[in-house]
Amino acid sequence: MKIMKIHIKNGRLIDPKNKIDAQQDVYISARRISAIGAAPQGFVAELVIDATGMIVMPGLVDIAARLREPGYEYRATLESEMGAAIAGGVTSLACPPDTDPPLDEPGLVEMLKYRARSLNQARVFPIGALTYGLKGAELTEMIELTEAGCKAFSQADATLTDTRVMMRAMQYAATFGYRVWLRPQDSFLAKNGVAHDGEVASRLGLPPIPVIAETIALNTALQLARETGVLLHICRISSAAGVEMVRAAKREGLNVTCDVSMNHIHLTEMDIGYFDANCHLSPPLRSLRDKAGLRAGLMDGTIDAICSNHSPVDDDAKQLPFGEAEAGATGLELLLPLVLKWAEQEKVALTDALSRITIHPAQLLGVKMGHLSIGAHADLCVYDPKAIWKVEPAALKSQGKNTPFNGYEMQGKVRYTLLDGQLVYGA
Amino acid sequence: MNNPQLNKHGELQHLLTTEGLPVRIMRDILDKASTFLDGEQGDIRKVPLLQGKSVFNVFFENSTRTRTTFEIAAKKLSADVVNLNIGQSSTSKGETLLDTVDNLCAMHADMFVVRHSTSGAAHLIAQHVAPEIHVINAGDGRHAHPTQALLDMYTIRHYKKEFHNLRVAIVGDVLHSRVARSQIHALTTLGVPEVRVVAPKTLLPSHVEKLGVQVYHDMEQGLEDVDVVMMLRLQNERMQGALLPSAQEYFKYYGLTQERLAVAKSDAIVMHPGPMNRGVEIDSSVADGSHSVILPQVTFGIAVRMAVMSILAGAK
Repeated sequence: MKIMKIHIKNGRLIDPKNKIDAQQDVYISARRISAIGAAPQGFVAELVIDATGMIVMPGLVDIAARLREPGYEYRATLESEMGAAIAGGVTSLACPPDTDPPLDEPGLVEMLKYRARSLNQARVFPIGALTYGLKGAELTEMIELTEAGCKAFSQADATLTDTRVMMRAMQYAATFGYRVWLRPQDSFLAKNGVAHDGEVASRLGLPPIPVIAETIALNTALQLARETGVLLHICRISSAAGVEMVRAAKREGLNVTCDVSMNHIHLTEMDIGYFDANCHLSPPLRSLRDKAGLRAGLMDGTIDAICSNHSPVDDDAKQLPFGEAEAGATGLELLLPLVLKWAEQEKVALTDALSRITIHPAQLLGVKMGHLSIGAHADLCVYDPKAIWKVEPAALKSQGKNTPFNGYEMQGKVRYTLLDGQLVYGA
Repeated sequence: MNNPQLNKHGELQHLLTTEGLPVRIMRDILDKASTFLDGEQGDIRKVPLLQGKSVFNVFFENSTRTRTTFEIAAKKLSADVVNLNIGQSSTSKGETLLDTVDNLCAMHADMFVVRHSTSGAAHLIAQHVAPEIHVINAGDGRHAHPTQALLDMYTIRHYKKEFHNLRVAIVGDVLHSRVARSQIHALTTLGVPEVRVVAPKTLLPSHVEKLGVQVYHDMEQGLEDVDVVMMLRLQNERMQGALLPSAQEYFKYYGLTQERLAVAKSDAIVMHPGPMNRGVEIDSSVADGSHSVILPQVTFGIAVRMAVMSILAGAK
């Protein structure tokens, strides 16, 4: 693809990092943002994008998107999911290490990065496995993995039951300043569970996952972070009680950050209805009170980022009785409209709302994306804030067609996605 | 959200759960069941209501009693009955649940009676089949067992006539029991003012009180002045999951003995969905005693299942 000089004109520019929300043109040359507002001297655009009535923002940064490669190509491939990413305006994404084999070897990480780069659709930042095979026993070669491109280390949804291994993993990571990302869930309390331990699970006879499965594991993680000084990131917080613990830890000055999935700020256990397996998610959808707690956590900054938790599942694994169906839902193409919906419902300013899917997650990853400063990589998303569309599985680019939002009306549609100064998506 | 067991005319399309089942339909089923029973001991006549129809008993989980009573009920209605004990075998061969169902549909089933070990299986099948096919849930995971609950309601009405003046206690492993969940919804729908559950905390689901029941952990208090005692079966595997220390200790505190039953009303009836564990949840002297209506329950069960099938067959 040719490197072009691009002029994006007449759009409303929103760049949370630089606190810009104004009618401003954007000028791109040599893959970088070369000017905002007035054209640089002698700038001759080879491509002009008319963004009248549209919002121009940094490309989205999604810190949890499973691409299913390697190992689960029957569910999704890099091609299909990268296509979904740019259709959703996502230009950077972090993928959890729970592939098959898990991302515990530098070679695997390099291969994934290479495959992703050759597709030239979105930047892929792998999260390395914290322990070999995600088995929770032996540490991975974190230095090697970091050199191969890993941005943090995680157990994904695999639990680490041995507290001593967790402490040592944190100590080792802290030695080199690496980030540890944990999804807190006590494996014993969550054993065989498929739904939030609440009214709905009790009524439907679904094996439960109690809130304390999250808070007990969270307590362990926070105490170990305090002890080891590791940069701890809490993934997919799901309960009001969990949010309160992170809030207290932040207040205390602990170096901890936190994200939430877009599903959990919109849905609750009630959405399971009559066993809708699309609502079988991990962590489980919790109560109305928990949803309110998550939203409050976003409002006061306890929760730093919103992710799609994109987890494509094939139909055969979903069309099963609720408890047997695999947890997960597609999400890359819904992240922007669902964040906009949340912002509108909670009267959150767009700059604040969009920071949760741009600069904040970029900072959590430790990458330079997520903003439109002069000289920054020209990763942009241009969306039409008035466009209303209906979620129809067949129309989704992702190979995973299952989502609890099937049939929902969304407002806000991505029109153009630019990656590294190149137009990679236009609708 | 549409109630998946009713058609657009509000008639019964499938029987999946007693939750949200309109009281008029529940009463219709009980009334219809009584027409199949002759006299006090309940001889059941054979009628041609399902002549030419095929009823498939599809059991993904083993059961002798429920499958047999469904089979008898279908045959008494003159239906052709096919029994399939699928167990775990088809899934181990790689066939999905819905593949199995599609194959059976291609064999021209009119009605499926389904039992499955996972909650929600009957709902999934009901959503999948063509509109002319009816699904009866014969037990899904911990969720529901509506025909058992309806036969229990029939039994209660037979002995107690009314529901609005009763105090009912459900005793035992409510946590894992689809029977208990279906009983609770049926009892509250039919207007029973006081439904109690009696169990140790390890055998109760969280928020059980939201189902409209009063929670008791003490057997004597829970049984005091009740009209109906509904016992639940205690599975042996509960002892392994750290839910209970031993069957002996359970029986000591929660087993139904003559002595404990004495605090209930003098004309209280004792029910059990079977199969019973004598000496674990119920003492033989109670199971075989004058308050026990456990065997009539079985007979009524056939009539109730006939009623459900004939009402479904008549639904448009």
